[in-house]
Amino acid sequence: MKTVYADNAATTALSPEAFEAMVTCLKDDYGNASSLHHLGQKAAAEVAKARREIAECLGAEAGEIYFTSGGTEADNWAITNAARLGMKKGKTHIISTSFEHHAVLHTLQKLEKEGFEVTYLDVHSDGYVRIDELEKAITDKTCLVTIMYANNEIGTIQPIEEIGKLCKEKGVTFHTDAVQAVGHLPINVKEQNIDMLSFSAHKFHGPKGIGALYCRKGIPLMGFMQGGAQERNKRPGTTNTPAIVATAAALKKCCADMDKNIAYVSSLRDKLIDSIVELIPRTRVNGGRDKRLPGNVSFCFEGIEGESLLLHLDLKGICGSSGSACTSGSLDPSHVLLALGLPHEIAHGSLRLSLCEYNTEDDIDYIIEELPKIVSMLRDMSPVWEKIMKGEN
Amino acid sequence: MLYSEKVMDHFQNPRNLGKMDDADGVGEVGNAKCGDIMKIYLKIKDGVIEDVKFNTFGCASAIATSSMATEMIKGQKVEDAIQISNKAVVEALDGLPPAKIHCSVLAEQAVKAAVADYYTKNGIELDPEIFNSCGDCESCESCAHGE
Repeated sequence: MKTVYADNAATTALSPEAFEAMVTCLKDDYGNASSLHHLGQKAAAEVAKARREIAECLGAEAGEIYFTSGGTEADNWAITNAARLGMKKGKTHIISTSFEHHAVLHTLQKLEKEGFEVTYLDVHSDGYVRIDELEKAITDKTCLVTIMYANNEIGTIQPIEEIGKLCKEKGVTFHTDAVQAVGHLPINVKEQNIDMLSFSAHKFHGPKGIGALYCRKGIPLMGFMQGGAQERNKRPGTTNTPAIVATAAALKKCCADMDKNIAYVSSLRDKLIDSIVELIPRTRVNGGRDKRLPGNVSFCFEGIEGESLLLHLDLKGICGSSGSACTSGSLDPSHVLLALGLPHEIAHGSLRLSLCEYNTEDDIDYIIEELPKIVSMLRDMSPVWEKIMKGEN
Repeated sequence: MLYSEKVMDHFQNPRNLGKMDDADGVGEVGNAKCGDIMKIYLKIKDGVIEDVKFNTFGCASAIATSSMATEMIKGQKVEDAIQISNKAVVEALDGLPPAKIHCSVLAEQAVKAAVADYYTKNGIELDPEIFNSCGDCESCESCAHGE
């Protein structure tokens, strides 16, 4: 059976460049980067080089990159750090959005229990925060604005540069969870006035279990674990050399090919969205079309449920994801779709297909051929669809 | 795999799928808000379920439990059909993940709702011990919505 992998927002395939870098490191550069002997120093040099290359891709300095176990750790670290700094100055207000990743949302909820006040900005029905609403929300108690670069479910890209500019003017630290953006969109932390940024390598063809926090020089960064002196005393634990060199290799490749990838992947995305909207009645595209991640396609199909749809797609070899309750592990549909104001019954019928530069025109044609048949079959057996057709809903 | 082979079989090849124009009893339970709705149609002759059809909006386990429940009641006496418990449906499917048990409760309730409709139409009194309506999601113990 043909496999069409369209779940790149969940994770990506390792790039050949990352694989090569990782295997070489695992085989030959196995020294501990903290060791003084030549094998250790060789590993340390590889890590230093990778750090420089990663920093360069983000417009940062090497000394501003701190490796972590991934995006979740970087988000927890950045937000907790900013809150602790704020607390020292009596600033206990944080601004975020209602559709952040759980790594951000749950960290904020923990801080709320500790006495912080959090304002969750509305992302409106199109999935974008409004600058004027952010400006109104900032008070002299605000210590942090944390807004994701681009949403993982609906792909909407937030006005990061404007947010950065506003936060700089107001003297508020700005953190962005850029897990979906790094490697896919041009980023320059200096030009965009980003103080802290989190990313994860496996979203751009790097390995799993590695990510980083960029923290602007001048912001005091406190460690949260006790241990060795790795990452300039900020983040203990033996340096994950193979994953770090692979991250650099993957990111370099993505950044070198970025313009080409954006053009190509966006064209696949637009073809898929346009065709499905035309072929399947009562389809909703979630999130605005204009400022959207190149690979993100997000639909809601009225009258059907997402898990059934996903499993039928999988039986045809198509890998996607859904924000339906049945796939979320809870009984509520995704908080992202609810944040857009979608009713539960529509949010249950969601499907996310996330593409990358490894997808082909054939992949898209295959999805366009199979998806309408499955939706139609599920609608034929759906009492909800029956009601919609009778005009009762 | 999240689901047993039997669940996947009933999900992919649902038995008794469809609607019925001349049903003697129709029952619909669930709530689109919660993500599951089941509708069961019964054709009853001489107290026996001669034919049964179902339509379901929901996840794979909702479809599989509806399919299995219809298979279990077809050809049964009406009074036996309403004794079939959600546990029996789950067992017949070789189990369901814990988060999906509420789907089997819905299947049991759908059968009962269809029989209740048939009884009501034929002036037969409903035993409240058996026909305790599922109502809404909030009243379902197997479902976390009310929490």
